[in-house]
Amino acid sequence: MTPLQRYLVVSTLLFGVGLAGALTRRNAILVLVGIELMLTAANLNFIAFWRYGPNPESAAGIVFTLFAIAVAAAETAVGLALIIKIYRHRRTTHLDQMDTLKG
Amino acid sequence: MEPAAFIAALLALGGAVAAVSLRNLIHCALCLVLTFFSVAGLFLGLGAEFVSFAQVMVYVGAIAILIVFASLMTRDPGADPARVPEPRAIQPWPLGLGIAGAVTGVLLACVGSSRLLPDVTAPAVAPSVRELGQELMTRYVVALEVVGLLLTAAMIGAVVLAVREPRPLDREVGR
Repeated sequence: MTPLQRYLVVSTLLFGVGLAGALTRRNAILVLVGIELMLTAANLNFIAFWRYGPNPESAAGIVFTLFAIAVAAAETAVGLALIIKIYRHRRTTHLDQMDTLKG
Repeated sequence: MEPAAFIAALLALGGAVAAVSLRNLIHCALCLVLTFFSVAGLFLGLGAEFVSFAQVMVYVGAIAILIVFASLMTRDPGADPARVPEPRAIQPWPLGLGIAGAVTGVLLACVGSSRLLPDVTAPAVAPSVRELGQELMTRYVVALEVVGLLLTAAMIGAVVLAVREPRPLDREVGR
């Protein structure tokens, strides 16, 4: 197994754990945690492919990861603001109870 | 993979499993911090120092703390028995675990059997922070500006969404 494959296995497992969390947990904040784990796994993939790819001296892989981190931060901020807003409205963060479109 | 990276990978996976499986939300957020730190360690081992520091500052310093704050602001009294729907014929969590397991299995099989992966073991010359900054200011300057705009819009949007509008009574008292 090459070093690249080992890192890819780690990031695949991290992605799987995040996906399982996002699909099975019923708390909206924990679903967001699962999504963060999947994004982190994608970043690990970027860095592993950059390091063991044909052009490790180029900055493209690092720059891509930096932008992905920035977009993940924006996504989390808006997602948590939405969850807090829904909590004020419905007094719950339980996803099974957020079942109406009408406020 | 050297031993330090192996330990970091184990810690990252253990923290991730704990973060999505524990009952207490605060414990979940703290396990998430462990995962993010370990992934930052993996980045360091791969020679991406700047990404590692950005990971610590953005994920550990901002996102994990934000999740702690959000879980403190939304004390869930637990599922209200009157509002939880009837138990379904298919329980959702084995289905979710099955889907996640299937996706992971397919990805692992692809990683294990792929012949297209580059096999480079030569020592890489990573770009320094200075070169990275010059690249960001010249070649990727448009993307940098767009990300700045996105962050500004997201920040304003989050503030507008989460701000507590005054109740009518407060407004009259204020007047």
